[in-house]
Amino acid sequence: MINRRRFIATGASGLMLGGCDRLNNSARFRNVLRSAETLTMNTQRLIVPRDALAREFGEADLSPVFRSNGTAMPDTSEYAQQLKENFINWRLAVDGLVARPLSIPLAVLRSIPHRVQITRHDCVEGWSAIGKWHGLELSRILDAAALSTRAKYIVFHCADRFGDKPYYESIDLVDAFHPQTIIAWGMNGQLLTVPHGAPLRLRVERQLGYKSAKYVQRIQAVESLAHIYGGKGGYWEDNADYEWYAGI
Amino acid sequence: MDEAVIDADPVEAQAPPPPLPRRIAYRHRLPTRIWHWLNALTVFVMLMSGLMIFNAHPHLYWGQYGANFDRPWLSFSGRPFPGWATIPSTYNLAAARRWHLAFAWLLVVPLLLFLVTSFLNRHAQRDLRPTREEVKPNHIWHDITEHARLRFPRGDAALRYNILQKFSYVGVIFVLLPLMVLTGLAMSPAMDAAWPWLIVFFQGRQSARSIHFICATLLLAFIVIHLLMVVLAGPFNEIRSMITGRFRVPPERGDA
Repeated sequence: MINRRRFIATGASGLMLGGCDRLNNSARFRNVLRSAETLTMNTQRLIVPRDALAREFGEADLSPVFRSNGTAMPDTSEYAQQLKENFINWRLAVDGLVARPLSIPLAVLRSIPHRVQITRHDCVEGWSAIGKWHGLELSRILDAAALSTRAKYIVFHCADRFGDKPYYESIDLVDAFHPQTIIAWGMNGQLLTVPHGAPLRLRVERQLGYKSAKYVQRIQAVESLAHIYGGKGGYWEDNADYEWYAGI
Repeated sequence: MDEAVIDADPVEAQAPPPPLPRRIAYRHRLPTRIWHWLNALTVFVMLMSGLMIFNAHPHLYWGQYGANFDRPWLSFSGRPFPGWATIPSTYNLAAARRWHLAFAWLLVVPLLLFLVTSFLNRHAQRDLRPTREEVKPNHIWHDITEHARLRFPRGDAALRYNILQKFSYVGVIFVLLPLMVLTGLAMSPAMDAAWPWLIVFFQGRQSARSIHFICATLLLAFIVIHLLMVVLAGPFNEIRSMITGRFRVPPERGDA
């Protein structure tokens, strides 16, 4: 039933808008829009060389204040305990489709020669911040674990929760083996702070910020994302319909 | 205002319609018409979904970075654009991005086709390129004053683009739309890795984002003036010519 007064008041733009909202509520139309994500991803994968690097900046380009986003303090008792212990018992588990499952103590991760990169973090909301990241290439961790040829995606399980839902993210092997994809433990010359994902976070430099999961505890190699939580490959993908491929 | 304009041309206003033969000209080819209406849809979706995306972080910066603790050159509080101006009408960044990035394809691919074919079939050189005569200040000023008096070209002159039209169409097709696309791509972290010159050219991702917004504003200004001109020049004839391609040529003025 159309409310006549309101209909006239909102006029033509209201009419068009109502149409857009109706379309937006239609699952079939949303699938049409979603197919553009596949088109965009395939096109970018065609245009972007596999190992093309995100721009690396100099010290002078660092954001004076790098704002944090998402979880600022994971509110589980386990995390509180780890924080109290200064993360001395934090371990990074690597499992799933690997020949040698690993459980790497944080101290070991920090002691291996690492990569330092000054890169730009782009939030899906539109802002950017430039930070310096210290960490180990994910490719070296996956090589150490002897990734199975069946593995197609790498899933990152995190210590923070949104309500009762754990944060998680996933990337494919193109990004997993990219030289700038690192498991970072340091930022701007210091150990990671809690708002930035202490003690370990992912950096995926050619995608938007929500892919760079914080508080990483476990890396899982899988063949399909279908059976992990909501099946769309990440917390925001499952719960807010963000694109899984966030290269744009 | 309107009355003064009408009074300025009493002959035009008072003369009975002379019995002139109806002259119909074929003005717009089919690909132009299809592109026009596709753009009419696409540009509105891009603008409205773009405003929703802007609502997510309504601050603009110059340079490589820019976030809440940096100094914006334009800043709004809350979510500045109301529901009637955005797609969707209630705050939803994910949905707005899906609309924006899907319709971007409908904007980019036909634009590229037009840019290539309009040079190959010489439409750009023949119909859109201003002539040496037209860019003389006297000529431009003459067209401006004629437009200000709402005296639009008639007869054969109505079948050609006048210099103000040429400037605005060339500006939109060859400057604003390509800038929209390139600044859009410059905001993509993957494209920045593939084409590092994007960020060099625009002097940073946040500068590109600012230019994207400025160009969108200019496009909106173009649309407003464009629609106003259609109404003033005779909406029925103008819209019909963009649907069927056929345009009734306004006869030369008796007093001209």
